[in-house]
Amino acid sequence: MSDLSQAKVGDTFTVQNVTGDDAVSVRLMEMGITPGIEVSVIGCAPLGDPIEIEIRGYRLSLRRTEAACVVCDPA
Amino acid sequence: MSTDTQTSSLTVALIGNPNTGKSTLFNAISGVHQKTGNYPGVTVEKKHGTFEHQGQSIELIDLPGTYSLAPRSPDEMITVDVLLGRNAFEACPDAVLVILDASNLERNLYLVSQVLELGLPTLLTLNMGDVAQGRGITIDVAELSKRLEIPVVEIQANKGKGLEKLKTELTKLGQTPAVEYASPFPDAFQSELAELEKSLVAQDVKLPSFLIERLLLDTSGYLETELHAAGSEFHEQLIQARDRLKSAGVPVPAVEAMSRYGWVTSVLDGIVTREKNRPVTFSDKLDKVLTNRWSGSIAFLLIMLVVFQSIFSDHLAGKLMGWIEAAFGALKDGVSSVLAEGPLESLLVDGVIAGVGGVLVFLPQICILFFFIALLEDCGYMARAAYLMDKLFSKIGLSGKSFIPLLSSFACAIPGVMAARVIENRRDRLITILVAPLMSCSARLPVYLIMIGAFMPKYEFLGGWLSSHSITMFSMYMLGIVTAVLVAWLLKSTILKGPTPPFVMELPSYKLPSIKTVSIQVAGRAWAFIRRAGTLIFAASIIVWAISYYPRDQEKVEGPYSAELEQITLGLVTKSVSSAERELLKDRQSVIEQEIAGKYLRNSLLGQSGQFIEPVVKPLGWDWRIGCATIASFPAREVIISTLGVIYDLGGDVDEESDSLRERLQDATWDDSDEKVYNIPVALSIMVFFALCAQCAATLAVIKRETNSWRWPIFTFCYMTTLAYVGAFITYQGASWFLAA
Repeated sequence: MSDLSQAKVGDTFTVQNVTGDDAVSVRLMEMGITPGIEVSVIGCAPLGDPIEIEIRGYRLSLRRTEAACVVCDPA
Repeated sequence: MSTDTQTSSLTVALIGNPNTGKSTLFNAISGVHQKTGNYPGVTVEKKHGTFEHQGQSIELIDLPGTYSLAPRSPDEMITVDVLLGRNAFEACPDAVLVILDASNLERNLYLVSQVLELGLPTLLTLNMGDVAQGRGITIDVAELSKRLEIPVVEIQANKGKGLEKLKTELTKLGQTPAVEYASPFPDAFQSELAELEKSLVAQDVKLPSFLIERLLLDTSGYLETELHAAGSEFHEQLIQARDRLKSAGVPVPAVEAMSRYGWVTSVLDGIVTREKNRPVTFSDKLDKVLTNRWSGSIAFLLIMLVVFQSIFSDHLAGKLMGWIEAAFGALKDGVSSVLAEGPLESLLVDGVIAGVGGVLVFLPQICILFFFIALLEDCGYMARAAYLMDKLFSKIGLSGKSFIPLLSSFACAIPGVMAARVIENRRDRLITILVAPLMSCSARLPVYLIMIGAFMPKYEFLGGWLSSHSITMFSMYMLGIVTAVLVAWLLKSTILKGPTPPFVMELPSYKLPSIKTVSIQVAGRAWAFIRRAGTLIFAASIIVWAISYYPRDQEKVEGPYSAELEQITLGLVTKSVSSAERELLKDRQSVIEQEIAGKYLRNSLLGQSGQFIEPVVKPLGWDWRIGCATIASFPAREVIISTLGVIYDLGGDVDEESDSLRERLQDATWDDSDEKVYNIPVALSIMVFFALCAQCAATLAVIKRETNSWRWPIFTFCYMTTLAYVGAFITYQGASWFLAA
């Protein structure tokens, strides 16, 4: 089990949980990052952050610090 | 009195996720019948459109694009209040129209599950079916409609397909009952909700159940403060309810996303089918190039270069600006030739036409900039630009979304401030707005050009590719940027303290931009610029004109010259005078006229106050004339050029290319001495002052409009003027000391 902040481009994960109850984690859940969903890492910005992921058939970008709330298993 | 003779109107709220084509749909349905404004107290745009279909008149309220109806700020609260009929400035909507992106149905239905709880008749419309098809997604629309028990209309907003059917369905909404909708939340949650509702009723607090549910889910406490729901007793009840739910395995707030997405999955089960291997679309390929570490950065720089180049190019913007200038010049000449010399002529020519023309000349640049912003936004690149730049901006506590507004401000802070609307976080939008006027806009260019041209010695390096002139110019731009970074950082760590905003942002698929959407946006913003800046500049111009025209003591000013002028006039009509002598007389006449103009200015209110404030500006190395021109240029900084022209006895008609103004500046001496006023330190201090000062009434007016408060324009004005004064002081003293050493 690890979190999404350490993800490398090309990795795919299954979401276990989104930790915390602040605005960031609520927003992540609203955007569809919920337990059991598959996430693949598409790319990262020139300076290494933020990252681009694909979930539920669409693309989302988020910072690595925000990705740290997403606990997941390698798929 | 009764207005029954009118057709009954149906009010429908239009809502949807961002990037679903909501604006395109709104524009396509309501066409030119749109009204925009602002909701008081917030920065949310109020947009209404009306149309008639089959004898039924329908009013559409365009709500801001949102992923969720969970309000966490006053801006987000507006949407919920309007939908619940709680907004004092909006009629209660009779029905809701939700627009959905067919290629992204799962996430879009999350919002639908919230909308259905509002208990209003609801209509769904499915846009962008073509994009979904390209991705190998098929949707059983009839089955979707059947399962939800609400009509679903397929449209292609950008091609105008399906709109007639949509309108017909909209007209039926008046007779449609609200949908019966079973809550997706687990039983434990629902019973807690019922308890809370009971306790509120007992306290005589009336709240829609939707808001009670939101109160239970909003752990940030925002909604509790916003609604002043009930006393501390109710707060305790909420905490206890959340605790009980947590131990029951239904943790708040996670339960919402889990329940709603669970509902979405069950609704879509068997309705949406995807091809096994998702086809790689053109958008995917493009994204790979445009967000790649190397090619993405190069493409980004190229795109920005094209935008900048077209704003500053002589071929497009330059030409159009030339035409506008020529038109105002002709208008000036026309008015001058029709009206007799006097206050009215001067008011119109030197005040209104010169002032308003001076601002309207930036219209082409603003239109070009907005064209690119609208284009890049509509095709989906804007989100990528923010994505690429986010890391840099996060270092000063902002996000990549601040990039475009700040970039736009290099052309003009007005579109920059307006472009800050894309930033949802209020605090960050405010910081971006407050530092945007520090970017060196095109109105500062004339000031830099004349000061550098007249006073900076020219050294060339690298075979002419680099000169002291361009380095000075570049330094002025850098000064603005560095100051903006420092101010933003300072604001973020003091009065606008807050966590670095989240950067959870959708990267929408690329699409061909719609000409209609782009042109409506450009036209709307250009018109807003003309109207707002125009009315304000109009008033400011009249004021500056008046204080530089009055008091007008003709006897005192023109008296000493009247004898000589009379002689010249006489000489000019005398036949025996040779043409060479005639030229000399004419030259002398214009010199006297300029001297008179200069004297009037010195005696005017503006001139007097310039002399009054001389002690204040002296530490900056300035004489009263510079102080005077600076005061006059507070409404619009480029006014300094024409004011300096008048002051140095040239008459108002000079521009930065005018060598004679340049020469006059070089020759100017302090009153009662031979010492030259201008030298390198003075020129630098003037440039630094203009780089940092908030000399633009139109920008301040736009800040007022965008922040809905006088506090922020006043704050901007004060902090920038202080910075400008301190900066100019340090520059002058530092440079003088450096040159003396």
